[in-house]
Amino acid sequence: MPAIDPRLLRYARTTRVFLTLSVLIGVGQAVVILTQAWLLASIITDAFLHGAGLSDLSGRLTLLTITLVTRALLAWVAEVTAHHCSAAVKSELRMRLLHKVVQLGPRWLTGERSGELTTLATRGIDALDDYFSRYLPQLVLVCFVPLVVAGRMFAADWLSASIVVVTLPLIPAFMILVGLTTKQLTARQWAALQLLAHHFLDVLAGLGTLKAFGRSRAQLGTIERLADKQRKATLSSLRIAFLSSLVLELLATLSVALVAVSVGLRLVDGRLDLQTALLVLILAPEAYLPLRLLGAHYHASAEGLGAAEQVFSVLDHDVPDQGTASVRADRTIELDQVVVAGNDREGAALDGLSLTIPAGKVTGILGPSGCGKSTLLAVLLGFIRPDSGQVVVNGIDLATVELAGWRSQIAWMSQDPVLFAGTVFENIRLGRPYADDLAVRRAGQAARVDVPLEKVIGERGNGLSSGQRRRIALARALLLDAPLLLLDEPTEGVDPETEQDLLGTLPAAFAGRTVVLVTHRTALLSLCDQVVELAPAEVAA
Amino acid sequence: MMSVRWLLRIARPEVWRLVAAAVLGSLALGCSIGLMATSGWLISRAAQQPPVLYLTVAIVAVRAFGIGRGALRYAERLVGHDAAFRVLARTRVQAWIDLDRAAPAGLGKLRSGDVLANLVGDVEAVQDLLVRAVLPIAVAVITGTATVVLLGALLPAAGLVLLIGLLVAGLAAPAITLSVAGRAERRLAPARAALTDPVHELLTGAADLIAYGAAGPALDRIAGHDRKLTSLARRSAAGAGVGAAVGATALALTVVGELLVGVQAVRAGQLPGVQLAVLALTPLAAFELTNSLPAAAQHLVRGLRAVDRLRALEELPQPSVAWGNKDVIGHTLKIAGADARWPGASHPTLQDISLRLDPGRRIAVVGESGAGKSTLIATLAGFLATEQGLVTYGGRPLTELDENAFRRQVVVCAQDDHLFDTTIRNNLLVGRPDATDAELMSALHQARLGAWVDRQPRGLDTTVGERADQLSGGERQRLALARALLADPAVLLLDEPTAHLDEPTAAELTRDILAATRGRATLLVTHRLADLDDLDEVIVLTHGKVQRRGHPADVLQPTPTN
Repeated sequence: MPAIDPRLLRYARTTRVFLTLSVLIGVGQAVVILTQAWLLASIITDAFLHGAGLSDLSGRLTLLTITLVTRALLAWVAEVTAHHCSAAVKSELRMRLLHKVVQLGPRWLTGERSGELTTLATRGIDALDDYFSRYLPQLVLVCFVPLVVAGRMFAADWLSASIVVVTLPLIPAFMILVGLTTKQLTARQWAALQLLAHHFLDVLAGLGTLKAFGRSRAQLGTIERLADKQRKATLSSLRIAFLSSLVLELLATLSVALVAVSVGLRLVDGRLDLQTALLVLILAPEAYLPLRLLGAHYHASAEGLGAAEQVFSVLDHDVPDQGTASVRADRTIELDQVVVAGNDREGAALDGLSLTIPAGKVTGILGPSGCGKSTLLAVLLGFIRPDSGQVVVNGIDLATVELAGWRSQIAWMSQDPVLFAGTVFENIRLGRPYADDLAVRRAGQAARVDVPLEKVIGERGNGLSSGQRRRIALARALLLDAPLLLLDEPTEGVDPETEQDLLGTLPAAFAGRTVVLVTHRTALLSLCDQVVELAPAEVAA
Repeated sequence: MMSVRWLLRIARPEVWRLVAAAVLGSLALGCSIGLMATSGWLISRAAQQPPVLYLTVAIVAVRAFGIGRGALRYAERLVGHDAAFRVLARTRVQAWIDLDRAAPAGLGKLRSGDVLANLVGDVEAVQDLLVRAVLPIAVAVITGTATVVLLGALLPAAGLVLLIGLLVAGLAAPAITLSVAGRAERRLAPARAALTDPVHELLTGAADLIAYGAAGPALDRIAGHDRKLTSLARRSAAGAGVGAAVGATALALTVVGELLVGVQAVRAGQLPGVQLAVLALTPLAAFELTNSLPAAAQHLVRGLRAVDRLRALEELPQPSVAWGNKDVIGHTLKIAGADARWPGASHPTLQDISLRLDPGRRIAVVGESGAGKSTLIATLAGFLATEQGLVTYGGRPLTELDENAFRRQVVVCAQDDHLFDTTIRNNLLVGRPDATDAELMSALHQARLGAWVDRQPRGLDTTVGERADQLSGGERQRLALARALLADPAVLLLDEPTAHLDEPTAAELTRDILAATRGRATLLVTHRLADLDDLDEVIVLTHGKVQRRGHPADVLQPTPTN
């Protein structure tokens, strides 16, 4: 059974507040439990043995009502506190996560991760609600309610108390024991169940394809067989996994039974009085209740802990150190033996590239796809740090440069530019939010944007063609008026006539700037002062 | 109600397992209640110091209850989960059957990945519905009834008090929980959605935002949305736990109520004093049965909604041809004077289309998007039945042919053809399950993917990833083409194989396709006009009608391509 992850306390300070409040509420609950047991025992005893009537008991009955209602209220306060704190903790974790992701940068944030993290930062974190409202408060109660109850029992009847004191520690001990043996087994089973759900989704997505090959009916048998196999495997692991709750229930109820029989027999001998016996009987289950509830909420909490774990694993990443130096980007840039290892996903890599990018000139970069053209731009932007070799600007190694300042001097248009929900105006203004309308229109004109600038576009530029998206992104880069301009395939998806137009407008936009132009369009090469052809990289095996 | 009936139909073969689980669960819970009630009696009776002999039965019962609780609960959970898994498997099968009947032309928006993922979630929800809603509710009803009856036998008023208490805790508390949760959700959902969009933008557009120094403002904007959501969530917090508090208060008042009626009855001589403790202690244990009900109510509502969506699958349109059982006798695929319409569309997408695909003949169909090209393929493949006119294969109408026999001869390779999250080999084997590795490689070479596969360290065992995301767009199309070629059909229908590719890749793939399909009857639907000179016929579709047709050289004027 997991305790509290110390990282939760570190990353979400509200957790401390919550734990403190939980302890206070827990103390209140312990007091209420003891009072309730004493009142019940004494009322029953007096009514049964001493023939007390309602009028004799009215004071205690009123007190009992108050006590029981207080118990209900405390449970409600505990839940409200939990949801309150949970909301704050989720907010803390969410914002920390997003800030961290931005620090880790786009190289780390690949396509697959961005989808997962969107879910995690929004819906995924919500799983913490159950962790906070159910698991943590119980965990706090487990720590001292059994002790308080056992202590009271000890004062009343040490023999019954010792039954509880002996069995109580057995429960966590057994649960840990069973948990250890089944942890891997159940984890594997859940993973297999996930896999089955994933497999079902995969074949459903491929239903049309299977049907086209006349194989959809045959798949039915596979689905049935897999589900049956899975059921048997899962059940055999559940048989062991449920053992922990078997032990818990067995010990909890059996020891209450033992207490009942033990006090019963001693009552017969006259060694114990009825009120004490009833008190002990009512208190005994209360000693086990927090543990039982903790066990019941364990699964709900596991999901929340899983989400938290995912957040922590991102937060624990080290952000590569940045330099502090500042350097002007309107100087010649030298790449010296730059090596970037390819990763298996992108494959693009640079293998000892040396290159001079002269200031104020247009450098064209040519080469087949996958030769590392976009990687080169990412290195210049500081998104990727070379594995070896260096990029030197004006005698300063880029690795020692403060990157936000460096990037503020760069206008970059990526191969797959991202547009954001909003107007075309807002998209072009991305890097210069306060640029005046005229400047925006001029940039739009230079980039041959053929969409009304007032037009509202959807997320990721929905509703625009890829050529239109590129031209808006080009306008965005041109508006920035930065000394270093990095353009990745600016005319891809643009029709030949517009490309011709751009050839007319771009030289003016390029004037006085250092430009790195990645393209495979021969037309654009006429704009370049020098052209560098990258060799196809060896595909990493 | 209809969803309940649907669930009953699916679960019927497992009904005895479910009943057994409910009985076991009730006995387990009965043990807890019995333990408390019997202990109360035992202690009270013992206080009168009778001979121990008189207590023997009670002592044995207390011990038995003490042991039975854990063991019975264990058995209940195993039996219940077994039944739930079985029903889950049946649900999955039923969903497959329903979808298969409609596929592919009748699926509509069910083809999108998100919608399908939700559907799979709905299937999984059936398990929770049984284990966390139906069984706990059944157990609560059985045990509650039994306890009320037994307590009522001791003292009718005591049974009545318990009944009222249980009803409040078992019905009102879950109802409050549901309505509070629903209200909170309605308030929170828009705020949550408002947060999701900018988070998604930040994470997908991180590179552009960072490069333009705009990540900071984007984070600030998200923080604003986050503050709104958080403050709403905090304000909703007060509602949480109200249901549980109502339940707990009902317990409190029931205990006090039992004492009130009990003490009076003892004084009046209607109740032996030894039974007073039974009256007071039973509710303490009995309320365990209502504890799980608020959560069960939530699972019930959620589960029934899921079942409702699954049931709706039965009502999907089934636009495909009603197949017959005759064998294939010839290989000319022909469509004559045909109109075709997608389910729910107001106009036919195809009007008066005729064409004839003789063995070895290759035809390209070109046209704007929306001209009816994909509809033509769906109609020729029998996925979409014609409204008028006839599709025949080897002279027989499709409605007479056996579907499997037809599918062995006519294969569609669509632009959104699915590649399964498994190895290259397994993906290819969908085309022909008994193919040898040599045949697989030969198909891959025809699709010009053989060299690439040879270069992979794991060869045919290379996995393609989810939605084939380990492959480039061109590699994906080539793999799908290789799979179609492996099936070695008499007729190959290719739907926009170059749709999502950049121009150089598209040109290269088109040339390779034309080389690989030489000698095989092929219908190539494409939006690219280039590289088609080698074909026997080009048909230009506009608004679902044939606008022009003829030899490529005559139909395709030399126009600049893209």
